[in-house]
Amino acid sequence: MLEIRDVSKSYGARRVLDAVGFDVAPGRMTGFVGANGAGKTTTMRIILGVLDADTGTVTLDGEPLGPTGRRRFGYMPEERGLYPKMKLGEQLVYLARLHGLSRADAGRNTDALLERLSLGERAGDAIEKLSLGNQQRAQIAAALVHDPEVLILDEPFSGLDPMAVDVVVEVLAERARSGVPVLFSSHQLDIVERLCDDLVIIAEGRIRAAGARDALREEHATLRYRLQTTGDAAWVRDEPGVTVIEAEGGSALFDADDADAAQRVLAAAIARGRVADFARQHPSLSQIFKEVAR
Amino acid sequence: MTATAQPYSTPRTVWLVAQREVMVRLRSVAFLVSTGILLALILGSVLISAVTAANAQAPKVAVVAGVTLPAGSGLTVIEADTRDAAEELVTAGTVDAAIVPDAGPLGYAVVGDDSIPLGVVQALSVSPPVHLLDASSTAGVLGYFVAIGFGLVFFVSAMTFGQTIAQSVVEEKQTRVIEILLATIPTRALLAGKILGTTILALGQIVLLLAIAVTGLTITGQGALLAGLGLPFAWFAVFFVLGFMLLAALFAATGAMVSRQEDIGSTTTPVTMLVMLPYLIVVFFNDNDLVVRIMSYVPFSAPIGMPLRLFQGDAAWWEPILSLAILAATCVGVIALGARIYENSLLRLGQRVRWAEALRG
Repeated sequence: MLEIRDVSKSYGARRVLDAVGFDVAPGRMTGFVGANGAGKTTTMRIILGVLDADTGTVTLDGEPLGPTGRRRFGYMPEERGLYPKMKLGEQLVYLARLHGLSRADAGRNTDALLERLSLGERAGDAIEKLSLGNQQRAQIAAALVHDPEVLILDEPFSGLDPMAVDVVVEVLAERARSGVPVLFSSHQLDIVERLCDDLVIIAEGRIRAAGARDALREEHATLRYRLQTTGDAAWVRDEPGVTVIEAEGGSALFDADDADAAQRVLAAAIARGRVADFARQHPSLSQIFKEVAR
Repeated sequence: MTATAQPYSTPRTVWLVAQREVMVRLRSVAFLVSTGILLALILGSVLISAVTAANAQAPKVAVVAGVTLPAGSGLTVIEADTRDAAEELVTAGTVDAAIVPDAGPLGYAVVGDDSIPLGVVQALSVSPPVHLLDASSTAGVLGYFVAIGFGLVFFVSAMTFGQTIAQSVVEEKQTRVIEILLATIPTRALLAGKILGTTILALGQIVLLLAIAVTGLTITGQGALLAGLGLPFAWFAVFFVLGFMLLAALFAATGAMVSRQEDIGSTTTPVTMLVMLPYLIVVFFNDNDLVVRIMSYVPFSAPIGMPLRLFQGDAAWWEPILSLAILAATCVGVIALGARIYENSLLRLGQRVRWAEALRG
């Protein structure tokens, strides 16, 4: 378990992080969502030790992190970059060795990972000679080559073509399944929604919501229902305890004052004819985000 | 894939970084070509000096019958029957001068063409034997060349490799690979590795140059030139390592303050001055004992000043040790300062970092 507790950071008078705290659980993908400048990158840099926090702690399995602890991390920064003139394979071996792997292990991991990312034939090419898509894959490889026990990825999907997104999603899910805590940030809320198990929402340097994705959805779910019947649904407007948002043909979208009012509508609908669909509407991630980040 | 990472070790990390610096440079065509040119220059000057020495023939003179030259003058003699015949040989350029009978105390005179035949006059001159009381103090022309030599080697090497490390630092910033590096290893280990790697390269190049010079001089039979240079060379190498690390730390730190290769000059200029000044001073004041004495203790010029004084033989045995201690202490302080600038500047991209921000603790 990676635990971030009470982390604050100021640049001069500007407070960019204010008592930020959340967990990244092993084996789970944690999505980190926030507007530009909300503090995502700063938080990640503090977790990695690239920046120092003014106050607060970052611990892994209860242990504070030093150079030895942090070398178990894999990091993909938002600002991508590798040595442009160095050969892909050599570069990965070098990074793996900086993380503490032996030369033999570093070589083995590099070969296996390049194969996995379909870059096996590019190992001898300089990074600057690779296509843009392959450079992105190389960047992913750089974060994974030392078999990290924690993965921190800042906007891993930005700039990726759809095929590469799928490959990355697959590789990350694979790592998470093997018990690695994965924290990733993204602007693309639909990808986050599809991918993450847990969610952390940050706005203006403060954590606004954190927890399991489904629990958050439940928490922010309103009593909004959609009804689909075979007949005309205009009668719903006359039901007590119900506010209709829209009603057209056999379809009605309404907010119920309480769960009982919703059940009354359903019972009335069944009495009037066939009910094709009756469902509580779950808020999308972007709706939750807009609500909590306001 | 179940590779286990070894615990963090600073020496191992520093060495890994240093190895990469050396590897990258050794593969750079520009570096190899410039080193090749330097080696060729050294080799060339050794060979030219050997060829000139071998070709320097004894002057030819036409000696009129009846004149006796002093023994051991080393002149190549062509006999001439008459003074006229001898003078004809001079005019024709067959000989450098004619030796003709003369009424003076020597019994002969020298006849030249349109200028005084210095070589011949020198060969015939008699110098009294000279004994020096302080024989180790070999000032003069050789001293001048040794001074310029130390100055030039340190200057060229510090400039080239100083620029190299500054560019290498900016490259990491410009390509953004720096953030991955900083997330992996401590900043100071990265800086130490870069300084170590560049120092190895610079020292390696200098040792190679010296080896070529020494071997060349020995093979071509000019070994005598080397006498008296051995000890100053050794001290120079020691001073060079520390003096270069000092400058490399400063070049790395000031390089870290900019984000693009084009801007390097805007922050490294003060360091460039620190490299140029000692060289200029040694060129103009190498015969001023006081200036050289001061130079031999100021950390930035000690690598030039102290070996020079050792060569001139006017430094007591403890002086290089004291100067080295001062240099080492300065080195520690300056590297700490450089590391602070480096740490404060690395993640500031875009505009060049202001000195106040870079130095803030």
